Amino acid sequence: MGHQAGQSSRRIALIDGNSFYASCERALRPALNGKPVIVLSNNDGCAIARTAEAKALGIRMGDPWFKIRRLESEGLVALSANFALYGDLSERMMQVIGQFAPRQEIYSIDESLLDLTGVPGTGREIGTAIHRRVLQWVGIPTCVGIGPTKTLAKLANHLAKSLPRLEGVCDLSGLSHERLMRAIRHVPVSEVWGVGRRLAPRLQELGIQTAADLVCADARVLRDTFSIVLAKTARELAGESCIEWEDSPAPKKQIMCSRSFGSPVGDIGALIEALSVYTGRAAEKLRAQASMTTAIHVFARTSFFRQTPQYSGSAVMPLGQPTDDTRVLLAATRQALRKFFRPGFAYAKAGVCLLDVRPRQAAQAQQLLAFEVQDSAAESPQMNKAMGVLDQLNTRYGRDTVKLASSVHDETAAWQMRQERMSPSYTTRWEDLVEVWR
Amino acid sequence: MAKPQPIAQMPVECWHVEAAAQCGFPSPADDHTQRRIDLNEILLHQPAATYYMRVRGTSMRDAGIEDGDCIIIDRSLEARHGDVILAVIDGEFTVKTLFKRNGKVSLKAANPLFPEITIREGQELSVWGVVTWVIKQASRRGGLR
Repeated sequence: MGHQAGQSSRRIALIDGNSFYASCERALRPALNGKPVIVLSNNDGCAIARTAEAKALGIRMGDPWFKIRRLESEGLVALSANFALYGDLSERMMQVIGQFAPRQEIYSIDESLLDLTGVPGTGREIGTAIHRRVLQWVGIPTCVGIGPTKTLAKLANHLAKSLPRLEGVCDLSGLSHERLMRAIRHVPVSEVWGVGRRLAPRLQELGIQTAADLVCADARVLRDTFSIVLAKTARELAGESCIEWEDSPAPKKQIMCSRSFGSPVGDIGALIEALSVYTGRAAEKLRAQASMTTAIHVFARTSFFRQTPQYSGSAVMPLGQPTDDTRVLLAATRQALRKFFRPGFAYAKAGVCLLDVRPRQAAQAQQLLAFEVQDSAAESPQMNKAMGVLDQLNTRYGRDTVKLASSVHDETAAWQMRQERMSPSYTTRWEDLVEVWR
Repeated sequence: MAKPQPIAQMPVECWHVEAAAQCGFPSPADDHTQRRIDLNEILLHQPAATYYMRVRGTSMRDAGIEDGDCIIIDRSLEARHGDVILAVIDGEFTVKTLFKRNGKVSLKAANPLFPEITIREGQELSVWGVVTWVIKQASRRGGLR
């Protein structure tokens, strides 16, 4: 491990919000503290975020609302997703985290990577400071994982989350190889970044059960049987940095399309062009997997590797109703970019990420359900038939001759129908400010 | 100086410097070019930690915070004795003046009709943020609603 001496000072932190969407709801409604809270996907379909109390009630990710509704009598609070609120609190959280180091990568709506190399203080000190400041300033509880590589930072974050005694901060940087292996020998291989549920069973067949097993596995076998990427992951777990700062594996349940530019761009027109291409590509991926999205996360930033002024901006645009329509997504992308664009910077990378990606059928079935069509109509054969008739009518008489009630462009009417449990947009609409009565 | 210049990779404190190079006939207005006042810059000390809320009721009337006023809350500030704060008691938001002297902590209303709230031992007072500004609307014609 001698060749790693130079790298042992490298420190990367991965910070993410705990039960992010549910925590956002609590941030401006302290009465929800200590209560089981879940956030429902668009059209109040299924649980997409759960607080620890909700998990304790046995609610799993993706549980359909009609199946868990009975838990309301046990105090369960279910809220409709409010992406305007989550987007604003995400920006605040990212800004606060960005105050701790000059290099930050916003990885998803609730995850951020920070390069702590050279930043004064121990990992635990910095991690605790980040955790405290985000909690006090934004009201979101976070976990901070620190390691000499991105993969280890992600793993440390997992440990910080699962071991309460770590109080949300885990630092795996600066450990000897032996101590590092002891720290990761109980972590299931499925928890390793980029391995996931699909690859894990195949690895387990080869006797690779834990993260430490993956480090010990024959690099050639990993490369030949699986991929170069997996072989790199194993080296990352041993503390050797292989994943470039800008190339992280894609977040789950999201569709991401981002690129580094050939040469940096400074004007908004060029950024719009680039982002339009990425949005188009993400929309194609979305349709190819027969899914729809209800919010888009747009970001752009300067290069970390150039000695130029640094800026990293992002915004989340809620879409009102589920869509896979490129035009709708493009309009949202442009709107989002205008929100955070700042002139005078050389942007080196930009991208879009589609959030709350759900199968089209489920999204549409919920639209009908929200319209209080009888349950039987939502069963797939009839559902398909209804959609087929709708498509035929629109083909014969022109686009949008007939459309779902909830896709009519009267936003307030549509969302009252679909998202009756949505909290106000406390931080993004003047009419929706929290009222302090006492 | 319009274009930002790199200083360092690590965060450093820097002071704004303004200088002008003279070229050709100077406009008499040049010495007076200023950006228009931007309330965001004045009212927001830490934008990421700043929130707006609307006050209901009369408990802070004598401190000039009345029903319908908007308050600006800064969560990055540590509350001190005498600050008007937004606190959380039993899960509810409340605006009061923080009293913190001789080991005694209480929240005081600015209206004799409202009793002082004393924080007893074991009871948790959670300071959500410090109220830094109060916005009142004087005329309905001036925008907003």
